[in-house]
Amino acid sequence: MNDKKTSKPTNRREFIQKGMRATLGLSLAGLAGVAAFKASADDYVWQIDPFKCVSCGRCADYCVVTPSAVKCVHAYDLCGYCDLCGGYLKPDANALSTAAENQLCPTAAIKRKFVEDPYFEYEIIETLCIGCAKCVEGCSAFGNGSLHLQVRHDLCVNCNECSIARVCPADAFLRVPASSPYLIKGDFTTGNSTSNPT
Amino acid sequence: MNRYQKIVYLLPAILTGLPVWAQQRFPKPEFETGYVQPATSQPAPRMLFLEYFDVFVLVAALTLATWFVVRKRSRQGVLWTSVFSLLYFGFYREGCICSIGAIQNIVLAVFDPSYVLPFTALLFFIIPLVVALFYGRTFCAAVCPLGAIQDLVAFRPIELPKWLQKILGLIPYLYLGLAVLYAATRSEFLICRYDPFVGLFRFDAEFQMLLLGALFLLVGVFVARPYCRFFCPYGVLLGWMSTFSKKHMTITPTNCIQCKLCANSCPFGAIDEPVEEQGNRRSNVQRLMAYLLLVPLWMGIGGLAGSMVHVPLAKFNKTVYLAEQLVANPEIKQDQNNIDARTFMQKGKTMDELVTEAQSIRSQFYWGGWVLGGFMGLVIGLTLVKLSSHRNRNDYVPDKTNCLSCGRCMDYCPVKN
Ligand code: SF4
Ligand code: SF4
Ligand code: SF4
Ligand code: SF4
Repeated sequence: MNDKKTSKPTNRREFIQKGMRATLGLSLAGLAGVAAFKASADDYVWQIDPFKCVSCGRCADYCVVTPSAVKCVHAYDLCGYCDLCGGYLKPDANALSTAAENQLCPTAAIKRKFVEDPYFEYEIIETLCIGCAKCVEGCSAFGNGSLHLQVRHDLCVNCNECSIARVCPADAFLRVPASSPYLIKGDFTTGNSTSNPT
Repeated sequence: MNRYQKIVYLLPAILTGLPVWAQQRFPKPEFETGYVQPATSQPAPRMLFLEYFDVFVLVAALTLATWFVVRKRSRQGVLWTSVFSLLYFGFYREGCICSIGAIQNIVLAVFDPSYVLPFTALLFFIIPLVVALFYGRTFCAAVCPLGAIQDLVAFRPIELPKWLQKILGLIPYLYLGLAVLYAATRSEFLICRYDPFVGLFRFDAEFQMLLLGALFLLVGVFVARPYCRFFCPYGVLLGWMSTFSKKHMTITPTNCIQCKLCANSCPFGAIDEPVEEQGNRRSNVQRLMAYLLLVPLWMGIGGLAGSMVHVPLAKFNKTVYLAEQLVANPEIKQDQNNIDARTFMQKGKTMDELVTEAQSIRSQFYWGGWVLGGFMGLVIGLTLVKLSSHRNRNDYVPDKTNCLSCGRCMDYCPVKN
């Protein structure tokens, strides 16, 4: 008599437990199945589409890494090797002198090297660059636009949601496959169709 | 292939006439001195196999934790596993990739057709849940770095009144709902943005976030694992799984002898004491039924409330915010210091397009508000149902939903084998 009384609710409880377990298991499987349709074995990383970037300067301030994991890179292929470099010199630079007050870069991260008359090579010292995009703006406005920003993957910690992407006014940040992690202007040998901006 | 891609890539730039290097104002010089043009360096991201190694470590740590909790019944083992997880997932992996944040990746994968979900994120989301469905929240016990860091500082846990625990315990549901809403509307990843500990793991964050992390740890000295119990959205999902888990850990290896030694051993207030059913069974059942019938009402009220706050909720979406700003103060379109407005003008999108887009996002928030509110109503309704039902309980047992399987109570039980 006593036995019956205790065993009945236990059975019922166990039945409910089993049912719920099965339901939860199935919903998990379902969710995983739906998500798996969109899954890729590759990892994804953040990258800036240089054609969308408007050089707003936020890349310098919003990265979770200090200084920013976004740096200026130089697409040498596009560079005019100008003497009067719009990315190197302030537009109102009075004399053709490379004194610090005439340089656009706030950290003097651009190294100017004489190649041959009248050409100069410009190199970014990444340890100094803070990703402020001042040079990018100058180069796009007055030059060929060969200077542009890229997320440097040796520095980037690959946040689940890039905190610059959240504030980028131009929506220039994309998730790109880790196997082709750069969108270097003029050289899309590393790009592929998923990194297409359209 | 490459040339084709180049063209495809360039086309929009040329058409829209954005920063157009394509017009190449200054042709590339022809050097005479044999100058060799340097290549642009491209440092590689973390290697792919390491991402899968993380999954392997997750599985290994989970297996170990589960074995320590369910089989070995060793608090020591759990503790050391959690120290390892803290070092690996916390300080070495810098808190990212994490199962809690992976909720949003899954949601985005479901709602955003253009999003590609890394398989590792799916695994990080699903594996701990599957394990919880069988063995309870062993992930929380010793694998989650956020849990581990809080667990290690829980020196002087005080017991919070039950009603307070119940009320604070509703926050994670709301947080989960909001996180899903913001991920589904492609607004932002709330959980990642307000993760209080990731800054500590990286030794680098905004001051407010470091402060928040420190605050959580400080509170955590007295209120054990405050983030886990009163905020963590993944904990909600784990709790559901754990509630119906097959082999949840038990306080005693065999039979409870009612010694009450374990009663105060749980720093999280997750041990249920024995109760006798009060009053007459029939009226209890009737009351339960009444509460159950009220659940749809709660859901309706919640949904209505949720839909009513959709306008402020949508403000956190940057497109909606920008549209609102531009409509309310058209003069900022000329303001060169307003970066967002300036960019909008520069990009040549029309005001109508922006407003239409913002409206469609807002309507997503409207329906999302209904769902979120309804969900909260359901949670509140069911919490009340649970509070009103007194099921007979003879022994001291862990409350499977909220038990974090840390194993402290096992040490208090005098019954050994
Ligand atoms: S935030 Fe966006 S627009 Fe601004 S500099 Fe960075 S990539 Fe360019
Ligand atoms: S993903 Fe994180 S570390 Fe990388 S650029 Fe964005 S904010 Fe910086
Ligand atoms: S101007 Fe800014 S982005 Fe350009 S090199 Fe200097 S720090 Fe880097
Ligand atoms: S409750 Fe959340 S934060 Fe706490 S251990 Fe579990 S998953 Fe981690």
